[in-house]
Amino acid sequence: MGNYIPGTPKEQEEMLRAAGYENFDALYRDVPAGVRLKELPDFPEGMPEMEVKRYMEALAGKNRIFKTVLRGAGAYRHFIPAIVTEITGKEEFRTAYTPYQAEISQGVLQSIFEYQTDIAELTGMDAANASVYDGATAAAEAVDMCRDKKRTKVLVPETVDPKILSVVRTYAFGRGTEVCTVPMKDGATDREALKAMLDEETAAVLIEQPNYFGVIEDAEGIIRDAKAANVKTVMSCNPVALAVLKTPGELGADVAVGEAQPLGLPMAFGGPYIGFMATTEKMIRKLPGRIVGETKDVDGKRGFVLTLQAREQHIRREKAGSNICSNEALCALTVAVYLAAVGPEGLINVARQCSSKAHYLAGVLEKAGLKRAYSKEFFHEFVTEAVDKEKAEAILSALEKQGILGGLPLGDGRILWCATEVVTKEEMDQTAKIVREVLL
Amino acid sequence: MKLVFERSVPGRGTAFLPALDVPEISLEAALREKRLRLPELPEVELDRHYTELSKETRGVNGGFYPLGSCTMKYNPAVNEKIAALPGFTDLHPLQPADSVEGATAVFDETETLLSKITGMDAFSLQPAAGAHGEFTGLLLIKAYHRSKGDFQRTKIIVPDSAHGTNPASAAMAGFDVVNIASDTHGYVDLDALKAAVGPDTAGLMLTNPNTVGLFDPNILEITRIVHEAGGINYYDGANLNAIMGIVRPGDMGFDVMHINLHKTFSTPHGGGGPGSGPCGCKAFLKEFLPGKDVPGSIGNMRSFAGNFSVIVKALSYIRTLGKKGVPETAKNAVLNANYMMERLKDLYPMAFEGPCMHEFVMTLERMKEETHVSALDIAKALLDHGIHPPTMYFPLIVHEALMVEPTETESKETLDEAIRVFREIYDEALADPAAMHEKPLTTPVRRLDEVGAARNPVVKYAFTEE
Repeated sequence: MGNYIPGTPKEQEEMLRAAGYENFDALYRDVPAGVRLKELPDFPEGMPEMEVKRYMEALAGKNRIFKTVLRGAGAYRHFIPAIVTEITGKEEFRTAYTPYQAEISQGVLQSIFEYQTDIAELTGMDAANASVYDGATAAAEAVDMCRDKKRTKVLVPETVDPKILSVVRTYAFGRGTEVCTVPMKDGATDREALKAMLDEETAAVLIEQPNYFGVIEDAEGIIRDAKAANVKTVMSCNPVALAVLKTPGELGADVAVGEAQPLGLPMAFGGPYIGFMATTEKMIRKLPGRIVGETKDVDGKRGFVLTLQAREQHIRREKAGSNICSNEALCALTVAVYLAAVGPEGLINVARQCSSKAHYLAGVLEKAGLKRAYSKEFFHEFVTEAVDKEKAEAILSALEKQGILGGLPLGDGRILWCATEVVTKEEMDQTAKIVREVLL
Repeated sequence: MKLVFERSVPGRGTAFLPALDVPEISLEAALREKRLRLPELPEVELDRHYTELSKETRGVNGGFYPLGSCTMKYNPAVNEKIAALPGFTDLHPLQPADSVEGATAVFDETETLLSKITGMDAFSLQPAAGAHGEFTGLLLIKAYHRSKGDFQRTKIIVPDSAHGTNPASAAMAGFDVVNIASDTHGYVDLDALKAAVGPDTAGLMLTNPNTVGLFDPNILEITRIVHEAGGINYYDGANLNAIMGIVRPGDMGFDVMHINLHKTFSTPHGGGGPGSGPCGCKAFLKEFLPGKDVPGSIGNMRSFAGNFSVIVKALSYIRTLGKKGVPETAKNAVLNANYMMERLKDLYPMAFEGPCMHEFVMTLERMKEETHVSALDIAKALLDHGIHPPTMYFPLIVHEALMVEPTETESKETLDEAIRVFREIYDEALADPAAMHEKPLTTPVRRLDEVGAARNPVVKYAFTEE
């Protein structure tokens, strides 16, 4: 039947007797009688594969796939080369356990080592870990890395993705970290306001680059101000943008984090995604999660192992820096394969196309009557100025009718748009035409 | 094996995109100065590189994987196909609600079915892994006590047999951890528990069956003691495979729990993730659940609603099993473990007497004392026989522990063969103990210098030019 148990009922009976038991009930003799279930109450019957497939396909069919996606805000539709899903679909990679038995896990360990190299290279930092759950938890864990007995406060500009802020606050509820927000000015962090807030209790400043509104922050200035006050900087970056923008490493950030979903992972309604974390040599022992290191075996052969395990929960228990155990290993493999498939020129080209198309979109939307809200330079996302809420809804509704998922409504009539390399000039022209018609 | 960077040749690669169809702009921003060094190789080389890596990767498809506490059951192929449907993968998480009714139904139905299996009243599917679910549950406990003005409840009680994530999660949630010893049967020591509870008790974290594979018969008394002291009972769902459909954590006195979809509900381990760690609770904690737009919510554990593709696979699995398949799975997981235990106990000392649940713990302590052959040596010897070793050195309360969890998806032939190998290795260890320290002999690499790796960490490739 549909339950993946190889043994027939007869074989099960034989094994029971061989194990020395009368029946299955005897195995559960320590379960108090009063709480033993006769059966699962009000539960659907099992289904054979053909039925399950039909059932789940029907659920998938109730979701709408938009032809054109002009929405980002933390999840991005990029082109995924076929070789990526081919490789990550291999059953060995997909069904392997965590590589604790290194001798038979060199494939997984090496692939993580390659991923760590990629992240260190993209961010310009000294060392990366094997991944955490997503960009938001990476930011929260990075804040924890920066804390000490005296410095327990984190400053978060209003330009940081509200989802990241929410996760930082939730983690802060655990640790007792104080979270203070910093005002913004013209879509970017208000540097003067931030400077005034840096004090002896501040552990870190968390900035996002580009920020939630797509604006490119003055990261150099912010990091300089933070350093002058002995405050660390956590820089959350879009990994595609890192192909062209000045890196956290070049800027002197202490921890670089971000969401690597754009590097080969589908949008998948929010997950699984993957948080990357990279830091300086000085702070490597504060990194949470798994780290793969290079070593030699007894014959002198190069090999890879999980290393610096004394940081982790299975060794340090309540004294561990983080509780993380399972991370997003297969997603890390996906990222590594994607980066090897597109190569450096390919990633730079993706970045170039994203920013050029987004600037084109901003231009045609402006001609259609929807101007940008902020004047600063942006990467591949931008906000259009507030129109009244009904108008904003009407715009998005008209677009959806034509199979276009427009920008994200921010609730006050502003809309956050995104263009990636998969969006064509025709789609953007069509979008502008529809917007103009609504605004007339 | 060569690193992908060592196969790289400048200028090689594939162009995947058409030419830019709009004017190219130059960004007016501080640009990257350091050259970006990523692998440059043609697709055929890339394919061969990863094929080589896959040959040195051991999946469930490669053979028996009896890792205690990990539940390495078969990962059904149909679930992969379903999760890969464009109607699930090509959805933006912030699409309008009326365009994702199917995805919403996946969440709702999974929450409902998990509630029924566990006896909880509500679930958040937001946590991305078991430890993440633990952290979530502990924050619920914290929020609850604070809502009652109970700020002095600062301690979480954890048995010394607990998985390391338990105390680590408690510390992350801002609690002090009180470790209590297990008794000589591996159960929670009731006297130690009674002595540990008090007005500063926030709660207890426990798994049942416990980490030595035994169902604690005192479970109702344990949860009662904690409740009487005003504490909340947290259930670590890692061992749910033994009891699902047989008994529910909610009926055993637990108030909040997590589930590991990548253990009990057959979603693949991926070499270390992605998993999913749904957090469930009784009604009185519901208002604090994360990822729900309600006033009392503790907030969000991650961006967006959860590891959706993983949840899709789990739902598909639960619907496949159904009302009868769920308990049948648990029963056969327990049967397989007892069968193996019975066939090995004359040679390998078992830490505790049976019946065990879905896993059992052997101790190599006496063998180590008498011959210097350790649990590690036995595990490494298994590698030469193509069997993935059991979990080593866990739980901490058993010395030289090897924890075996066959799962229900293994046939009698596979178990018999594994038993034969275990017995052969035992005899080998007695006959030539010194040789055991040299194992494995036939794997792609042999024992690795972990001490050296930690002393001088090399965690990325050193490019030849800067």
